[in-house]
Amino acid sequence: MFADLTMTLFELVGRWARINVAEMGRMLIFVVASFAWLARPPLRGMQIIKQLHFIGYKSTFVVVLTAAFTGMVLALQGYYTLRKFGSEGLLGSAVALSMIRELGPVLAALMVTARAGSAITAEIGIMRITEQIDALDTMAVNPLQYLIAPKLVAGLIGVPLLVAIFDVVGIYGGHLVGVDLLGVNAGSYWNSIESAVEWKDVYGGILKSISFGLIVSWICCYKGFYTKMSAEGLGTATTEAVVLSSVLILIWDYFLTSLLL
Amino acid sequence: MLKLVGVTKTLGGQPVLQGVDLIVPTGKLTTIIGRSGEGKSVLLKHMIGLFQPDSGQVWVDGVEISRLHGHALNEVRKRFAMLFQGAALFDSLTVFENVAFPLRERLRMKGAEVTIRVDEKLEQVGLAGMGHKFPAELSGGMRKRAGLARALVMQPEIILFDEPTTGLDPLMAKSIHDLITGMQRKFGFTAVMVSHQIPEIFGISDYVAMLKRGKIAAMAEPAEFQRTTDPEIREFISVGGTVPLHAASSGG
Repeated sequence: MFADLTMTLFELVGRWARINVAEMGRMLIFVVASFAWLARPPLRGMQIIKQLHFIGYKSTFVVVLTAAFTGMVLALQGYYTLRKFGSEGLLGSAVALSMIRELGPVLAALMVTARAGSAITAEIGIMRITEQIDALDTMAVNPLQYLIAPKLVAGLIGVPLLVAIFDVVGIYGGHLVGVDLLGVNAGSYWNSIESAVEWKDVYGGILKSISFGLIVSWICCYKGFYTKMSAEGLGTATTEAVVLSSVLILIWDYFLTSLLL
Repeated sequence: MLKLVGVTKTLGGQPVLQGVDLIVPTGKLTTIIGRSGEGKSVLLKHMIGLFQPDSGQVWVDGVEISRLHGHALNEVRKRFAMLFQGAALFDSLTVFENVAFPLRERLRMKGAEVTIRVDEKLEQVGLAGMGHKFPAELSGGMRKRAGLARALVMQPEIILFDEPTTGLDPLMAKSIHDLITGMQRKFGFTAVMVSHQIPEIFGISDYVAMLKRGKIAAMAEPAEFQRTTDPEIREFISVGGTVPLHAASSGG
């Protein structure tokens, strides 16, 4: 009886591991094949620009809004904490470093996941269900080259640009609350940023945002491309894409931070 | 010549094709009939490499395509076109752009040449002046016509039709059939059609084949096919193939 139970448990764990390892392998092949197709002519310049417009430009509003309030709340929290130590002058560096190192890349990537990532999964998933992806195949047009690769490139370029906007808007949001509302000296706000922020902080932020851009576009494209052929399957794929992208962003952020520090 | 030899396929643990042997005559219209869920669409998709058989071979003029990938498979596919059940038009493109898509993508054709070719095809399928519309603005029959125009625009040697009249009223179904047969006679391409339209298909097909329990149970010219002595086939063609074999499965 006990032996049977142990065997069943081993079987279950084994099956779970086998399915997940196979899935990870398929994901890796998916992204490598997409980049390999990107290197082949024709270059999908127009497709990349269209996707940059969708992933990047159309996410600008929500990113600016999030960034402004993130910067403002950081300044509010930071001001009252720093005041206890009489260090209000360091508010600028506290806001800027939090933004550039962590909050900018992570929050911008999460907002892109919610706004553009879910839409990418839904769009590709519907194309799969309505046989539009099969139609591309039958016309001898590779779907990875035509459909997926431009989205991956747009994610790689678009997310870092959005993060840059996020950082700047966030710092100005902090300025609005810290300097204009709470009365921190403007000179010390900017001066503390200038003296505290180093190139390696900016470089780390850029590195993070590039990798997050890849994670979002990769996971969301993959989940849409392999969606099950039903409305329920598409719903599940979209949810999984958003959840998995968000979780992977946070996990990868931890490992990248520990490497960069 | 398109030839399938001993093709088997299991999907989701259920055997769908169990040794299909089929020779599609060149330049003729061959219709495949069979109950819902028998795997007719799956069979059709094997012919163009959208599915790979678990065992068996798919031959296109001396080339075995079932193990081809990437560029080599694309080269073979350039000889094909397929009209999907729901037409599979790209929603984000207009009808004109949909029909122009293979010309622009495969032949890198541009400008006036594209316009001439696309307008000609749209006129042939009865969609002249509708090029600016998006697929969502079209009726089911018009979508099928647009799909047919897209399939025809590259002047392929082989066209696969996956239930081209499903979901259409009898008059519209007849007009799509007339269009397919008219084009087939005019351009002489090899056509393989999956259909449930019995008895209409007997009037338009050169050959009829029946898929039964994962195998081709019979294939003959329509007149001969209708004289079959097989009681199951007789029953099927007499009731018009409306009895589902596996109610739960889908896709033909």
